[in-house]
Amino acid sequence: MSVGKSHPHDAAPLHVNGQARYIDDIPTPANCLHLAFGLSRIAHGDITSINLDAVRAAEGVVSVLTAGDLEHDCDVSPAAHDEPLLATGTVHYVGQAIFLVVATSHLAARKAARLGKIDYAEKPALLTVDAALAANSRFEGGPVVWAKGDAAGALNAAQNTLSGALEMGGQEHFYLEGQAALVVPQEGGDMLVHSSTQHPTEIQHKVSHALGLPMHAVRAETRRMGGGFGGKESQGNALAVACAVVAAQMGCPCKMRYDRDDDMVITGKRHDFRIEYTVGYDDSGKINGINFTQYARCGWSQDLSLPVADRAMLHADNAYHLPDIQITSHRLRTNTQSATAYRGFGGPQGMLGIERVLDHIAGALGLDPLMVRQKNFYNSVKSISGKNKQAEVQSTPFGQDVEDFILHELVDELVERSDYQARVASIAAWNAVNPILKKGIALTPVKFGISFTLTHLNQAGALVHIYQDGSIHVNHGGTEMGQGLFQKVAQVAATEFGVPLEMIKITATDTAKVPNTSATAASSGTDLNGMAVKIACETLCARIAAFLAGQHGKKPADVRFADGMVMVGRKSFSFAKAAELAYQNRISLSATGFYKTPKIQWDRIKGRGRPFLYFSYGASVTEVVIDTLTGENRILRTDILHDAGASLNPDLDIGQVEGAYVQGAGWLTMEELVWDDKGNLRTHAPSTYKIPACSDRPDVFNVALWDGVNAEDTIYRSKAVGEPPFMHGISALMALSNAVAACGDRYPSLDAPATPERILMAVKRQQAEV
Amino acid sequence: MRVTGQPLTRTLLDWLRETKHLTGTKEGCNEGDCGACTVMVTDADGSRSLNACILLLPQLHGKAVRTVEGISAPDRTPHPVQEAMVKHHGSQCGFCTPGIVVSLAVAHTNGAENFDEQLAGNLCRCTGYAPIIRAAEAAKDAPVPAWMVEDLTALDGLAKTPEPYMPATSDGLAKWYAANPDATLIGGATDVGLWVTKRLQDLPKLAFLNGIEDLKQVDVSDSHIRIGAGVSITDLETLMTAHHPSFAAMLRRYSSVQIRNAATIGGNIANGSPIGDGPPALIALGAVLHLRRGDERREIPLEDFFVEYGKQDRRKGEFVEAISIARQTDDLKCYKLSKRFDQDISAVCGCFYISVEAGKITKVRIAFGGMAGTPHRANHVEKALVGQPWSETTITTARAAFAKDYTPMSDMRASAAYRLEAAQNMLTRYYHESQGTATNVLEVSA
Repeated sequence: MSVGKSHPHDAAPLHVNGQARYIDDIPTPANCLHLAFGLSRIAHGDITSINLDAVRAAEGVVSVLTAGDLEHDCDVSPAAHDEPLLATGTVHYVGQAIFLVVATSHLAARKAARLGKIDYAEKPALLTVDAALAANSRFEGGPVVWAKGDAAGALNAAQNTLSGALEMGGQEHFYLEGQAALVVPQEGGDMLVHSSTQHPTEIQHKVSHALGLPMHAVRAETRRMGGGFGGKESQGNALAVACAVVAAQMGCPCKMRYDRDDDMVITGKRHDFRIEYTVGYDDSGKINGINFTQYARCGWSQDLSLPVADRAMLHADNAYHLPDIQITSHRLRTNTQSATAYRGFGGPQGMLGIERVLDHIAGALGLDPLMVRQKNFYNSVKSISGKNKQAEVQSTPFGQDVEDFILHELVDELVERSDYQARVASIAAWNAVNPILKKGIALTPVKFGISFTLTHLNQAGALVHIYQDGSIHVNHGGTEMGQGLFQKVAQVAATEFGVPLEMIKITATDTAKVPNTSATAASSGTDLNGMAVKIACETLCARIAAFLAGQHGKKPADVRFADGMVMVGRKSFSFAKAAELAYQNRISLSATGFYKTPKIQWDRIKGRGRPFLYFSYGASVTEVVIDTLTGENRILRTDILHDAGASLNPDLDIGQVEGAYVQGAGWLTMEELVWDDKGNLRTHAPSTYKIPACSDRPDVFNVALWDGVNAEDTIYRSKAVGEPPFMHGISALMALSNAVAACGDRYPSLDAPATPERILMAVKRQQAEV
Repeated sequence: MRVTGQPLTRTLLDWLRETKHLTGTKEGCNEGDCGACTVMVTDADGSRSLNACILLLPQLHGKAVRTVEGISAPDRTPHPVQEAMVKHHGSQCGFCTPGIVVSLAVAHTNGAENFDEQLAGNLCRCTGYAPIIRAAEAAKDAPVPAWMVEDLTALDGLAKTPEPYMPATSDGLAKWYAANPDATLIGGATDVGLWVTKRLQDLPKLAFLNGIEDLKQVDVSDSHIRIGAGVSITDLETLMTAHHPSFAAMLRRYSSVQIRNAATIGGNIANGSPIGDGPPALIALGAVLHLRRGDERREIPLEDFFVEYGKQDRRKGEFVEAISIARQTDDLKCYKLSKRFDQDISAVCGCFYISVEAGKITKVRIAFGGMAGTPHRANHVEKALVGQPWSETTITTARAAFAKDYTPMSDMRASAAYRLEAAQNMLTRYYHESQGTATNVLEVSA
């Protein structure tokens, strides 16, 4: 069996010698043109005049386009049809594209793009949550409110209540490969689009719309991305559409890639949130009732903000049973980049809210935060099932039964593996004798819902060919962005056919091979596409089995595929021989597969239903040290136990967990987006926006997978692993808060990102209390 | 090979990717911060990693370049680092990988095993670095492959044609620059490179200084250490390890290996940045700056060179020839404060030279970066300290003087209030450190 083995990433040998090809590496014809956008320099206003004479006169410039030069509607939004490719009269943020430069080189296009002279009648710019609230600038009319039980009554009846608020910053994706597209015109006006995208069908759809062509005239192809993290779910549309429009006008191939600074200024990021809470709880820390108000800063256009904000609400409970709860969600429109999908898709923000609440309760009661967390856990799967059933199934605030809850056992094991209790004691002793440096520790759990909340997206297709030499070619709707999807899916195919992995090749995701694909997002890549490929493989195996069984007087069920052989009773053929025989006997060796996630249904307006097929679980312990003189800090040790079900590839899954943790910790510690009061993003390059570097990973970093299987019938009972471990980064913030708490008696209420500055200011607040 | 028909400001990266179609070397940021473009450059001084995105072609005159395509053997046998990266899952999306592989291969060639430091200039967004370090550890004991050490021989017989914009001696530079005072001088191009790639500036007249051997001289006498302006930060770090280890430790956090290999101390001073990390330490050491125009030379205290933001005491046609510091006991502590430990620009950089004899402060020089428009001395704080007993009371009194010396600004790195508070706390830290109290988070383990 190929599944369950830790094969390296299929492209790793190409990665390490520079042969793996990204968009900008694709050889282009000599007449390829290069594009760059001229950008708005103000956050909000009407364009009163555009003078592009200097742009047109610049060296290498072939053409310059404004909105009026576009023949068709060139909307590049993923949802609400509110993002014109080029601004039409009004600009809504610093960085919005106003004109498009076509030049003979990337550098010439960039240089010319800075020469536009644009006058504006400036309007007031709404840059912050408070400004947007005051102006009632929002999406969806008013706030979305979901409620379960009686939050107000429970709060009134509670032994104790407390209130608080938490600010959490956004996050730049910082995929190492910036946004890029290359469009090559084909005969008859058709277009071939190479795009660094998580969503080839969306690219195909937007390009065909922009050209006024049916979708069959546009083929979108994605071999790989140099990182995506959600940032290439919708943000690649503009480049692909721009290239296609110019390619159609001029009949030349066109390429566009954002310079890093442009990329960071133009594209959306993770939503920053403010979460306010009021919670009622008893003296043991058990929550009675809770009220959350979530404020999401969505930026200038809708993009994916509604489902992001929904998912923040869907994870407001994390791992805790909250029978009496009200969640109010404000989706605020501001004159900033349009915030977009980012690993976790609102889940991390919602989850951080409840983790802060539990930490705060523990602080107020002087209890161990882990104990308070455990006290509020959902009932375990063991307790609600079987003969020894001791407890009822509990449901989430949105009414989905939690039937697979394993965190009691998982956390117990992590506590043991990480020696948590002894370390809590030794940290307290260490802090007592260290006046300047303080250590902190925290354990936080993750429960993350798996499925797209837009139910129809939970489908996938696959196309599998067996050639007459027995080699196998696989395509599916998922895209490869480094997560190892292609390898995991190849392992599925190799397992189904019982052949060595080398016999499987997966090539670029291509809308002409597999149509109507969903974005590779929501951690769903392997769940959906692995299953679609498995189904296609089963079809082919069944055909070969029926044929061979018929030839040898056996039943199809007697035919087995294993170890590179096909066995029919006592006879056996190499897989290649079986393929050759099938071909010669006119058996079709090509099949599609289609999968749709069962059991799910969801009403997002009411906030009721079963949006998720299952939950992924995990927990992490982080230990940190802070310097109370400067706020400088280090992650000293991290232990993670993560549930990937029956892992298809344990090492690749561990790689996802390690990477996600560091990215999640980066979000909550050093990664800080700063806008000035004019709406200019001041942190638009790696010189000012700091993602974790090599030495920022934990000194001691122990990651293990939970030994278990998915209760639902997923691909080989594995679980999705892309997003859930991102939220292990929350334990880093809580550990920092724990270290700050050691400087005084009150609860630190540390905001994120916890930069050295925020930590020092929190320390000062603590010390002032003493 | 001989490169012709290229502008002097053509970057190695663009030339590799666009002219030579060698696309293994990636553009991640185009400003020397991400390391995806890392290449190996070899000359008589050995092999080093450099960022191709801000390396201008003339800087490679007479040097050998090895890109990721050449890290495997000509017969495609993988380098041990490549093998280990595959086996230990060191790549995910693969875009940073070529740069990581080159950085690790250079480290492997040079026998460097401090991998966190070697990779500080290579950002990876996917892996969390753990598998990359596992790969580096796994490969470190493998012998250096023969093909990795051939580059120097490849240079044999390569004609080094002199070009007017590449003077070979400081005398030659002095003469040329006096005649061309409006030219831009390029040491390592770690700053000027960004004028090209980010500001998209045209630089009509240039001189490249990296071929001037006498500017790279270091002279250590009984009384002084004289450091040529062309000495790289890498070499300065090595030099300072013996004399002022706290300065060396700060230089280890001066950007990344790739940048330190290119950047020069002369450039770090001459560009007049208020946030360069070299000047505050050198001012605290009482450094003297040696300036030259034509045959005319003068010496000024380094602190006087920085007149105000964007303005230095440098006349037209005058260039930094060297910097010198007196031999002195090592009472220097350098504190660099930034959002990220490695490869980040200082929010505040505080350098304290405080001598204490018989419980009394006898000598003080304190200088800060990031606190004003220039690297700047803390005169009032110094006054509050000198002659006083070395005690917590003295420190408390002196802290108040910071506000007289500095009115820092707020920007994306830090607020004014934080800068001032942190600067004061650095003095407190110096004191506690001298009393044996643990103050360094880098020295703590779980």
